[in-house]
Amino acid sequence: MKSSVIIFPGSNCDRDMDVALKKFGFKNQMVWHNDQSIPKSDLIVLPGGFSYGDYLRCGSIASKSKVIKSVIDFANSGGLVLGICNGFQILTETGLLPGVLLQNKYQKFICKNVHVKINDKENKYFKNIKKEVLELHIAHNEGNYFCSEDEIKSLYDNNQIAVTYCDEKGQEDEKFNPNGALKNIAGIFSKNKNILGMMPHPERMIDKYLSSNDGNFFFENLIENLK
Amino acid sequence: MKLKVIVTLKNGVLDPQGKAIQQTLNGMNFSEVKEVRQGKYFDIEINTNDENKAKDKVEEMCKKLLANLVIEDYKIL
Repeated sequence: MKSSVIIFPGSNCDRDMDVALKKFGFKNQMVWHNDQSIPKSDLIVLPGGFSYGDYLRCGSIASKSKVIKSVIDFANSGGLVLGICNGFQILTETGLLPGVLLQNKYQKFICKNVHVKINDKENKYFKNIKKEVLELHIAHNEGNYFCSEDEIKSLYDNNQIAVTYCDEKGQEDEKFNPNGALKNIAGIFSKNKNILGMMPHPERMIDKYLSSNDGNFFFENLIENLK
Repeated sequence: MKLKVIVTLKNGVLDPQGKAIQQTLNGMNFSEVKEVRQGKYFDIEINTNDENKAKDKVEEMCKKLLANLVIEDYKIL
């Protein structure tokens, strides 16, 4: 399986993602934001970080970069596009995913482990995954998911809510919501579920000696589903 | 010619920075301050003397980049 990780100026999780993808068997290549084409891939990843210094709005400048047209074409032809953290922000700014990531409700940069509940397994990302709840890491200042009433209704109607903040048992409650996100939303799919944007970082959870193991479930499962 | 653009958060969208500024002003004895909403201001110098044309262009810029219409409104001055 081939994957491509796009690097923007200010991306800082691109190499972590590269390590994670390779660990689970992807042949990964790094693609620079000024490239106009992307090598043939089964998966494109927009990594976390602070693309273009978060100028104007997080992800807004990256969403107009040269490489993005190829990402949009790939996504619109059904290709798998995964956006983590800043990558999620970029996906909303391109319009590939609805809504927007606002500044955290309590005005703090949040850097900690959280639990998220997998809400839907009828997709390439979570099909057959052996867990219902994953412990992942978040590190963001703008992770407060927001969208219009019509959009949130449409997200529910089409089972597009991917992951939601919860406790270790999977119980969703406002007290487990770190950033004020609407309906505890940590990640969403596009309508046909080929695009996934989420704030938590699975690539930071792939080594039990350094962090936790739960990112392994995500990547192992993803490559199996792509075979 | 120069055009000015103001981008503000739509009503109902949470503005934690505005809220912090309001609370600080209240703490400085400006107790009459009820709400502060923070926005962005752009000075755009555009290479034309045709005001209508310039406004049309800047409007397009607002829609495509300067404002995120999910959460923000823009005003061209």
